[in-house]
Amino acid sequence: MTISLKPSNTPPEKLQPTGWLRYLSFSLDHKVIGLQYLVCGFLFYLIGGSLAGAIRIELISPLSDFMPREVYNQVLTLHGTIMIFLWIVPVVNGAFGNYLIPFYVGARDMAFPRLNAVAFWLIPPSGLMLITSYFINGAAQSGWTAYPPLSITTPAAGQIIWILSVLLLGGSSIFGGINFIATILKLRRPGLKLMQLPMYCWAMLGTSILVVLSTPVLAGTLILLSFDIVAHTGFFNPSLGGNVIVYQHLFWFYSHPAVYIMVLPAFGLVSEILPIHSRKPLFGYTTMVFSIMGIVVLGLVVWAHHMFTSGTPPWMRLFFTIATAFIAVPTGIKFFNWVATLWGGKISLNSAMLFSCGFIINFVLGGITGVALAQVPFDVHVHDTYFVVAHFHYIVYGGSVFVIFSSIYHWFPKFTGKMLNENLGRFHFIITFIGFNLCFAPQHWLGLNGMPRRVAEYDPQFQLINQISSLGALLMALSTLPFLWNVVRSILYGDNAGDNPWNALTPEWLTSSPPPVENWVGEAPLVLEPYGYGRRDSNESQEQKK
Amino acid sequence: MTSLVPKEQSSEIKNDLSKEEHEDFRLFGLIAFLIADGMTFAGFFAAYLTFKAVNPIGPDAIYELELPLPTLNTVLLLVSSFTFHRAGKFLEKNEATQCQKWLLITGALGVAFLISQMFEYFTLPFGLTDNLFASTFYALTGFHGLHVTLGSIMIMIIWWQTRVPQGRVNKENKFPFEAVELYWHFVDGIWVVLFIILYLL
Repeated sequence: MTISLKPSNTPPEKLQPTGWLRYLSFSLDHKVIGLQYLVCGFLFYLIGGSLAGAIRIELISPLSDFMPREVYNQVLTLHGTIMIFLWIVPVVNGAFGNYLIPFYVGARDMAFPRLNAVAFWLIPPSGLMLITSYFINGAAQSGWTAYPPLSITTPAAGQIIWILSVLLLGGSSIFGGINFIATILKLRRPGLKLMQLPMYCWAMLGTSILVVLSTPVLAGTLILLSFDIVAHTGFFNPSLGGNVIVYQHLFWFYSHPAVYIMVLPAFGLVSEILPIHSRKPLFGYTTMVFSIMGIVVLGLVVWAHHMFTSGTPPWMRLFFTIATAFIAVPTGIKFFNWVATLWGGKISLNSAMLFSCGFIINFVLGGITGVALAQVPFDVHVHDTYFVVAHFHYIVYGGSVFVIFSSIYHWFPKFTGKMLNENLGRFHFIITFIGFNLCFAPQHWLGLNGMPRRVAEYDPQFQLINQISSLGALLMALSTLPFLWNVVRSILYGDNAGDNPWNALTPEWLTSSPPPVENWVGEAPLVLEPYGYGRRDSNESQEQKK
Repeated sequence: MTSLVPKEQSSEIKNDLSKEEHEDFRLFGLIAFLIADGMTFAGFFAAYLTFKAVNPIGPDAIYELELPLPTLNTVLLLVSSFTFHRAGKFLEKNEATQCQKWLLITGALGVAFLISQMFEYFTLPFGLTDNLFASTFYALTGFHGLHVTLGSIMIMIIWWQTRVPQGRVNKENKFPFEAVELYWHFVDGIWVVLFIILYLL
């Protein structure tokens, strides 16, 4: 059976409101939903960033003098949860995925537009619920991992609201994942093969497989945890005969893939941005595809490396150490492919390119500490110290957030039809890069010397390093200002971008900026070589392949 | 035999088809969702098996399960899968009354399963919070029972919608029927795994 793409013969423009109302209403257009994800995620980023600022202010001095310890626990829990579930996951997947994937596969919308809108509209209420729990009876205090028995013994109301909120966000994530899989595998334009898709499609396919396979396990686990809190069952409560290690296994079965859910789409976005701004084809397309799929498979079998100090038996330590070390292979392949893409290219160091290069540098540093943390003898010493904090901030901030900024600079002309100011953008990059490294590089030292994470008070010998780190955090906070000013100013008075300011070959640039409601006025273009830059015969070879 | 598609509706379907068409991938999306749902159960099963392997059951903990009633439940669900399939055969042949009859039997079997399950709950010698295994037993069977409840409701909706001539589910528009059938087979399959793990192991 075939079904039509268009619901009726009415012109698509009449199906939805225009102007600002369009972005605040229940729209089914994938571009509107993508921008809704982006703006909503950015607002949560500002909230989560303020919480991070509160943490860094507290850590300026060794005593807990800025806020009470319970509040500090709530702040760090909210910071982690907001940044992961409401900023990075929705933005690298939902925002750019929804905006770009239909263009890349040559479709007019996602496979299930209504489900898509549902997935987005689950996010603002659950985010607001999470934040308001702070004002009701105190937010959850057990960190974003919510390990029992801590999560069972801390005040119940905040923890239950946290569980409900994460369940809703997980549902949103699963709906989005199903939608991406169906769109990429089933909605491709006739004549477009899988191996001709832009790399971001592959990244999103791999990410969505991880989302569909691992998020439900977290949902089930959190339901059991809520039973422990509300009905006083004993699944994870040792005093009632339960087993906390089972929670950790089930939790990390989702939450380790969650790292790839945050970073694989970022890999894909970088693979789109680098070729365009260095005017060279993406190096090693096939190896990139296989390394993404390798990361997906390996990413599902490395979770227990978060639990080396939880009494894991030696065979388990051995297996998970080796599996984790193996992940460095596909990741390394991707890193060298990016460097080879840049090699000898005609590089224009604009803001998008600078943030992408910053990503490559930060990600290598975070990756190296990741391989170090996979080794049991080392991990046992630095587990739950600031070394781990430094490691994962290098991955999720230095990795994913740098890519998000890079992507905003790159696709802003497509979103709005206006160019962002390059000087402000470069200024933004320089303060962000310096601030980020100033904030997190010293934390490696703190961790190696034994400063535990998640504690409001610390040994006075660490004060100077903590103050340096807080200074870096201040720079990171300030770096948001030129960015916000740049966006507002460019929307109001920016130069017109034209349809294709970067002379790019990927399909989203082959339509007007901003694109019309169903993406193309006529038929969708067939782009067989999305990375055919710098080749004299690129157009001819496309003709031949047709 | 009357056609299942009313005239005005079939003309509407023709008008709907614009020049761009794609295959119907709604079942594909449902399969992806069922894989996700299956992973939730897989997590529960993994937790239960780990508890069983690692956590010793206390000397005074009561955790005994009788076999006859759950065996009856297994038979009820397996037969209901068969009757649903039978209803689908009649839908293919445009025989709405037969289709509705078999759907009704399927729904009745689902409800019978739920009643039997409730009966088991009330006769068991342990409660939700008695011990770890009791909690896991109720969580697993309860989560499955929730799926059976939703499935039974959906079967009733399908049954109502296959009536002639007002119903919207027929040979031409059988996606809702296929979706519920797939879901129902999935729920049955999960029960078989659950029966083996909880009662037989």
